[in-house]
Amino acid sequence: MIGELHSRSPEGPIGEKWTNHKFDMKLVNPANKRKFEVIVVGTGLAGASAAATLGELGYRVKAFTYHDSPRRAHSIAAQGGINGAKNYQNDGDSVYRLFYDTVKGGDYRSREANVHRLAEVSLNIIDQCVGQGVPFAREYGGLLDNRSFGGAQVSRTFYARGQTGQQLLLGAYSALMRQVSAGSVELHTRTEMLDLIVHEGVAQGIVVRDLVTGDIRSHTAHAVVLATGGYGNVYYLSTNAMMCNVTAGWRAHRKGALFANPCYTQIHPTCIPASDEFQSKLTLMSESLRNDGRIWVPRGQDEVRTASDIPDNDRYYYLEEKYPSFGNLVPRDVASRNAKTVVDQGLGVGSLKNGVYLDFAEAIQRDGEDSIRARYGNLFQMYERITGEDPYKTPMRIYPATHYTMGGLWVDYELMSNVPGLFVIGEANFSDHGANRLGASALMQGLADGYFVLPYTIGNYLAPLLGKEPLQENDAKCVESIGKVAEQTQKWLSVNGTRSVDWFHRELGKLVWNHIGMERDKNGLQKAMSEIPALREEFEKDVRVLGSGDSLNSSLEKVGRVADFFELAELKARDALEREESCGGHYRTESQTPEGEALRNDEDFAHVAAWEWGGSPDSAIRHEEKLEFEYVPLTQRSYK
Amino acid sequence: MTISLSLTLKVWRQAGPEETGRFETYQVENISEDMSFLEMFDVLNESLINDGKEPVEIASDCREGICGTCGCMINGKAHGPEKATATCQLHMRKFEDGDTIIVEPWQAASFPIIKDLVVDRSPLDRIIESGGYITVPTGSAPDANLIPVPKDAAESAFDAAACIGCGACVAACPNSAAQLFTSAKIQHLNLLPQGQAERWSRTEDMVETMEQYFGSCTNHGECHEACPKEIPLDFIAYTNRDYINAKRKNRNLSGQH
Repeated sequence: MIGELHSRSPEGPIGEKWTNHKFDMKLVNPANKRKFEVIVVGTGLAGASAAATLGELGYRVKAFTYHDSPRRAHSIAAQGGINGAKNYQNDGDSVYRLFYDTVKGGDYRSREANVHRLAEVSLNIIDQCVGQGVPFAREYGGLLDNRSFGGAQVSRTFYARGQTGQQLLLGAYSALMRQVSAGSVELHTRTEMLDLIVHEGVAQGIVVRDLVTGDIRSHTAHAVVLATGGYGNVYYLSTNAMMCNVTAGWRAHRKGALFANPCYTQIHPTCIPASDEFQSKLTLMSESLRNDGRIWVPRGQDEVRTASDIPDNDRYYYLEEKYPSFGNLVPRDVASRNAKTVVDQGLGVGSLKNGVYLDFAEAIQRDGEDSIRARYGNLFQMYERITGEDPYKTPMRIYPATHYTMGGLWVDYELMSNVPGLFVIGEANFSDHGANRLGASALMQGLADGYFVLPYTIGNYLAPLLGKEPLQENDAKCVESIGKVAEQTQKWLSVNGTRSVDWFHRELGKLVWNHIGMERDKNGLQKAMSEIPALREEFEKDVRVLGSGDSLNSSLEKVGRVADFFELAELKARDALEREESCGGHYRTESQTPEGEALRNDEDFAHVAAWEWGGSPDSAIRHEEKLEFEYVPLTQRSYK
Repeated sequence: MTISLSLTLKVWRQAGPEETGRFETYQVENISEDMSFLEMFDVLNESLINDGKEPVEIASDCREGICGTCGCMINGKAHGPEKATATCQLHMRKFEDGDTIIVEPWQAASFPIIKDLVVDRSPLDRIIESGGYITVPTGSAPDANLIPVPKDAAESAFDAAACIGCGACVAACPNSAAQLFTSAKIQHLNLLPQGQAERWSRTEDMVETMEQYFGSCTNHGECHEACPKEIPLDFIAYTNRDYINAKRKNRNLSGQH
């Protein structure tokens, strides 16, 4: 039975909460750390940084990834940058400003205490990464360069060409591999978590499947950390990597962990539009491009001229016209919705009329092609590879796509879920971004959690457990869980239906995109809630998974993930339906200002909705955690 | 109008590391030129599943050319015909209607086949483990602007750091050498002020770990030709220089001069 949810945020002024809390938390003395075992699932920015840091501290860590190497996690694909409130540019940035911008940008649906801590440790992250050799952009004097990103009015974003994610992940990965070499971290690659072991109400281990041999076994520990990323692939088409999934988090949810705000999804405004039915994923073009690119569509629906032949007065620079002060740099949710509006009006560009232009002609004329190449060269090249069009000559075509999920497993201030011993970090938790994430903040949060938050807070949980052995790996609880996973695996192999896993995933994605996408309404959401279970039933009866369970079998890996997406999708619809307001990435058409902006209902919805598994996808129980805003006054966001 | 292609694929199928492999021939129709090479494989796999045949195992993840998961030999070339392009970024407009395309896994003794087109590249991780890092425990780094890095050095280090660890360099090399990968990883760190403290031990350890797994470099340059990130061959020369220095300096450091 779960009572009212408490964040366990510390008392005191916002600027002192984390400092005081660090002092108040119990410590594990250095000689005792080796007596504790910690499981970390996922080795992206959050997981690799956590596993490396816990290993350095002396804990015995087991790290798991389904990839062949930790360096392949999807953090690697982040392009734009990472925020840090260093104020190196002397333009008025501060920890408090980053905190303020993040709470406001999240449309007042995040926890103030968490966000302030995030802004505080953003300083340490930049130091840490530079120390590791992350080659951030530099000025000629050898000092670090910054840029303004995603609508921020200060330049606080550190960047590494268009591959900041890869460079940060290589840093975290190298730190992790140093610990693997030192023997403090035992690394399990090509190994997927398929169940959480909860014994006496406490998370004590996981069940995993070796993706090469099919072997299913348990691992136990004093604590389990999930760093397993977001659930954007519930839309099938997203900017996520092909293998990104919700399975680890969802299996934990089914074992009692609350799933918070599943309706919060970020639709990124600048992605390459789909070209056909077989599109397997969408590719993001960093929103740093919006610093120099101008977004427009033709004013006429029947426009047939090529972009360069369309004179200025026949072009509709809709963001610049509607939002004169932020222009092309409005936050992501605003930019995305406006693109949808113009495309829905029939003003879209490209042969499928499913995109808008992002035009660099003026920037090239102003700064020269060389300087644009220096800034965005690899992005332009990627665009050219995918579309066959040269963005130095014709404008890019872009359209919004699912990119990041702000919802995730509920955690308290210490990043522990409601199941004691289960910690959740990075995109997998719901914590810091509220209803909309600011650009360059995902990398920051992943590394904040992994390097500088979890390593402190996990000690507070572990300290009292000194002397207690982890659950035996052949304990009845483990054996039971292994049996269930094995049985489920065999079940998928024996359905022997008529359609592939991908076919069902694509169909599910269409339902989710159409009804729980950029705009939601009561009708559509109710439809989703009846159509998703119907499709799920068909999936369970008619999916075809060939091959066996004892060798590499990617259909078998996918089928379990898609099954979890089905259950999540239903909860997502329900969460969106019950949140009768618009906020950030959750836009209910019934709740808008006269100008068509998201209209919050703070009276009834200034809370986190955290869902408890009720035994089936349609019987989830809703819990609330009240959000208090002491420092950032609740206002209607305006980017006019 | 988008052009659509009909193609003949000859694909290496192998059930497991110890099994005997063989080429299977498949026809694919109505392939749009806008499809990526891997989406063409998605179409093939979907039709194999519909026919009750096991789909081809082919690795990929980000499909944006950055994670390094994908990679196979396409018509004998690592990552296929387009220069500076990973398999996932190769698009079908680079092929002609009626083409026959031969698809094989990376071929190197150090990359054993797991199944079909998927190989085990874990020796690359062993090289990183042996020294591909700067020892800076969490929390111990000085302020980020305390160490100015000349812009040229930072840029050069970046050119090396752009390596995505796909293993194409090994697959393309007639000797199955991993010099381009290893030297990119070494020089990323050796070129930076932060990397100086461990420069010599890093170089020696990583080179010698590499040599446990991979063949020797004889300067063919095929690695650079195949590299999706066009990592310059210069880094191999820098690494050779550093290795010689490392042998001398490491002896000095241990008092054996």
